[in-house]
Amino acid sequence: MQKNIEETNDASVTEQWGLPEEVRSVEEMVRLYREGKISDEEFRRFRLQHGMYGSRLNKDYTMVRIKVPAGILTPRQLVRIAKLSEDFSIGSAHVTTRQNIQLHWVYLDDAPAVEQGLVEVGLTTREACGNTVRNVTCSPFAGICINEPFDVTPYAKALARFFLRNPMCQNLPRKFKFNFACCDEHSYARIADVGLVPMINDDGNGRLVRGFKVYIGGGLGPASYLAEELEEFTPEDMLLPTAMAVIRLFDRLGDREKMHRNRMRYLVHDMGFEKFRELVLKERSIVNLTKSVLVKLDIKDKDKAQLQDDSYDHIEFKPLNPPDGFDRWYSSNVVKQKQRGYVTVLIPLQAGDVTARQLRALADICKEFSLERYVITTPWQGFAIRFVKEYRLVELYNALKEVGLANYGALGITAVVGCTSTTSCNLAITNAHRLAKEIRSRLIELGLDMDQAFKDTTIKLSGCPNSCGQHMIATIGFFGAAIRINNTLTPAYNMLLGGKVGKDNALGTVVARVPAKRIINVILRLIDVYKQERKDGESFASWIDRVLKGEGNVNVKDIHALKTIIDEAARLPEPDKEPEAYMDYGSDNRFIVKTAKGECAA
Amino acid sequence: MMLARRYPVLVEPEELYKRIKDKDPSIFVIDVRREEEYTREHIPSAVSLPLAKVIESMDASALAGLFSSIGLDISSSTKHVIVYDDTFGALAARVAWTLEYLGYERVSLLSVTYNMWKELGFDVEHGKSSSSIITSNSNLSISVNSSILADYEYIKNIVNSKSSKSRLLDVRERLNYLDHHIPNAINIPWKAFSAEDRILKSKDEIARILRNRKISMNDEVVVYCGSVGTLSGLSYYALRLVGHSNVRLYAKSLKEWRSLNLPLEGFKNAHYWDLSAE
Repeated sequence: MQKNIEETNDASVTEQWGLPEEVRSVEEMVRLYREGKISDEEFRRFRLQHGMYGSRLNKDYTMVRIKVPAGILTPRQLVRIAKLSEDFSIGSAHVTTRQNIQLHWVYLDDAPAVEQGLVEVGLTTREACGNTVRNVTCSPFAGICINEPFDVTPYAKALARFFLRNPMCQNLPRKFKFNFACCDEHSYARIADVGLVPMINDDGNGRLVRGFKVYIGGGLGPASYLAEELEEFTPEDMLLPTAMAVIRLFDRLGDREKMHRNRMRYLVHDMGFEKFRELVLKERSIVNLTKSVLVKLDIKDKDKAQLQDDSYDHIEFKPLNPPDGFDRWYSSNVVKQKQRGYVTVLIPLQAGDVTARQLRALADICKEFSLERYVITTPWQGFAIRFVKEYRLVELYNALKEVGLANYGALGITAVVGCTSTTSCNLAITNAHRLAKEIRSRLIELGLDMDQAFKDTTIKLSGCPNSCGQHMIATIGFFGAAIRINNTLTPAYNMLLGGKVGKDNALGTVVARVPAKRIINVILRLIDVYKQERKDGESFASWIDRVLKGEGNVNVKDIHALKTIIDEAARLPEPDKEPEAYMDYGSDNRFIVKTAKGECAA
Repeated sequence: MMLARRYPVLVEPEELYKRIKDKDPSIFVIDVRREEEYTREHIPSAVSLPLAKVIESMDASALAGLFSSIGLDISSSTKHVIVYDDTFGALAARVAWTLEYLGYERVSLLSVTYNMWKELGFDVEHGKSSSSIITSNSNLSISVNSSILADYEYIKNIVNSKSSKSRLLDVRERLNYLDHHIPNAINIPWKAFSAEDRILKSKDEIARILRNRKISMNDEVVVYCGSVGTLSGLSYYALRLVGHSNVRLYAKSLKEWRSLNLPLEGFKNAHYWDLSAE
């Protein structure tokens, strides 16, 4: 590979999130815990604060969650994560729906060495778990989105910087999530505690000011809520006071007792949004009156809006003799940017898993092809490489293909999301992780990534009712359960339909229970029925919405009619006829439910 | 218990290159890659001894004969042997360990792989072995150093003894270890000992990993891997590098243990294999 971009230490790219003294405190606390000098409870609180989450039914191991504000990772950081995954984890890393990267099955006593390795390249695990401000997520299209009024990335990073280690949010009633959208269409803002969508408004004197539409009190889980709009427009200088006011209120009024009802959305819901809004606005004026002049957001990134590539003449990009698979890949993985001549390339992974070798290759590819020279983790458990010159796409495709990263279907029905579930999580009932991979393989095999009708369809799975796999916002969502069928305990999923993010944000409706080994069958059956029932040009997701509203055609008028079809496709024979249908994916044994106490639901 | 090493575990490429250029007669460089790779190109003055030949037998006189055939007389030579490969240093380590097992202590590993040697811009030469003087020594006097070897009986004793002070160290990758391992073994994947650009990390880094895992200098450590003692051979030298003097290599490793149907244990409560992107 030709190396035509010099490697530099661009300070605006590499933020120092980590602190060397935290490596020493992790080392010290692990030692004290192993020597029995601190209690389980004391250690648990500490380790969650430092991004270490318990591993499934095994106290010797930990998951290390690397907090990646706005999803930004430099080539050097990718290489380091690769090395740490080989040295102390399983040789693969996992990208999460909240843009973190996780290393699984790390031996607890190796955690300090992992921390050391991360801090050396500017990364941190601090406040990646626990009752803190979690990773500040940001649309991977921020800065390149055709719809966006301005790039929110610097604001996301500034907010992350402000709240990290901030005494005001070290012991909240429960975790707290911020999300920045680039625009309404791509917005995940309404499933966060505080979601922010950028907008530009006239300040009344003909001056245009940047600001946000602020949404408050959303979140997914056993009970999910969409966040509500705080006010018409929140100017940018009110961003920090508003965020601080909400956190202060939650800290003061939030429920610290009832383990399963202490996210802020319950507080907002119980009190009523109108009342909560009043309190926020009142609290914000107190914050403004009492805050120190030093408290402000440090917005320091350059604006990339003006970047464009004039080095070629922008005739429609059409490579001569493209390599095998290029066109298919291009149609589902390449997104146009607002900057002329540049595109964003999306890299889908199998349920977020990436090998050390692929991470190293990604680092080289990023240096070689991306003008901004970092990658971004996506909420679909993949990566985005942005600011790629369009005319170099064939070269990039070949480089990705060499390491198995030029996979099809980065968006739409084939970009199946699955949490880690029984591969590592204490809460999991079923192996949603493996099932997500199986579904994706099958749908790619059927070529559904190429079908425009499934571009706005999503499939997301979680292994339990907690919503790490974000099943509530999927067109077809699933969450793990155990049900008794023919007197046999069977791994199964509750199936939801009609969830979505973006402008028409909606939560899915539970419609059926399906045995794990019939999920693929049910999905394929739904696709068949859709093909018979659809109106001209109607997408799968729109058809689902129509049926949910009871406006379907005569054959499948409403959800009850559809449920009959689903139940039929979900039926299992007697256990002795097909014993494996009663076992979970990845298992040759009779299904049993084993779970342990959860520590945080992410 | 062995004494501290008089010869360093690692020799830096700069030093080796200087000694080769100075035509230092006291060095003996062994290339353990496959013969055709050697013939294509190799470090100047190196002789070829592919690993495959070394692991054919554990018989001391057969092994000594093998080294004689490349011009190294185990019983009388005073040369400083430097071994290299292009497979993370693991093959070189297994050959260096074999020399030590034969009682030959004047042995070091090149600190980088052959590929890195080239990347650093050092010279290479082409062609078949030129210096293969066959010294056939009829009265070989070999004193085998069995204190660095563990066989399955030795391991069985550790597994069965409640009071054993020995630490069994499995250096395979984490998922393999979780799946199954010799009872009571702990796991540090061999890559934890190797650096991005050198076959071993620094002394400090390795010492820290061992300290975090409560492996003390006084412990006897028995290392094993999945097949023939190569990756565990490299790990053997990681421990020697930081000054551990009481290290044994289970040269036949898990391949033999499994073939004998000896007991294994593993962790079955999670589908961790499904997390791998391999």
